[in-house]
Amino acid sequence: MTKVLYFAKLREDLGCESESLALPEGVKTVASLRVHLAARGGPWASALAPERAVRAAVNQQIAKPETPVATGDEVAFFPPVTGG
Amino acid sequence: MPVRVQRDDFDLGREVAALVRGNHKIGAVVSFVGLVRDTSDGAGIASMTLEHYPGMTEKSLEEILREARSRWNIFDALVIHRYGMLAPGDQIVLVVVAGAHRGDAFAACEFIMDYLKTRAPFWKKEETAEGARWVQAHPADDSAAARWGKDKPA
Repeated sequence: MTKVLYFAKLREDLGCESESLALPEGVKTVASLRVHLAARGGPWASALAPERAVRAAVNQQIAKPETPVATGDEVAFFPPVTGG
Repeated sequence: MPVRVQRDDFDLGREVAALVRGNHKIGAVVSFVGLVRDTSDGAGIASMTLEHYPGMTEKSLEEILREARSRWNIFDALVIHRYGMLAPGDQIVLVVVAGAHRGDAFAACEFIMDYLKTRAPFWKKEETAEGARWVQAHPADDSAAARWGKDKPA
């Protein structure tokens, strides 16, 4: 299983804070995981649409779309950060 | 190189004293304190809630401090960032850098804040008279971080 976390406005839009899912065949990167999640439709399709600014982390390190994801990883999706 | 992510407030004087204690090679201490403002994009702010990503937050701040230490000649640095509900006037963030000379200490302090703004996983939600809203990231923050060059993979 792979743990997926959502933060801030994305968490609110999705109504989901975290979930555990089995990565389907073909989902091997942050970008393909995002497409897989967006295919759920509804708020998932709109909040994760390609034009929305969504950042990601894999195992608590900032990730790029091409960063690999694998079973056992912790993946997070969130809006651009606004701390400080 | 300590990092603390906490709900509680902090005391600048006490933190500076603790950081420099016993090291008389330190000739310069630079600190930055970020405060909650009472207005944002033209709206009055009643309060602000800071959310973060426990675990990644600490790691990202530690990484930023390591990067600062590799670029400048500094002895030590400290970051304290608060989360939870804050009111206008409250302290949000503290950066303290101690070095032999002011040049490196000033530069490292500004670098740490610029990188923190674009890399540390914090998100602000403001309560205004018109309701709650998530703060949008500012492109100016990205350009402030980019000017340090040699950007690590983001």
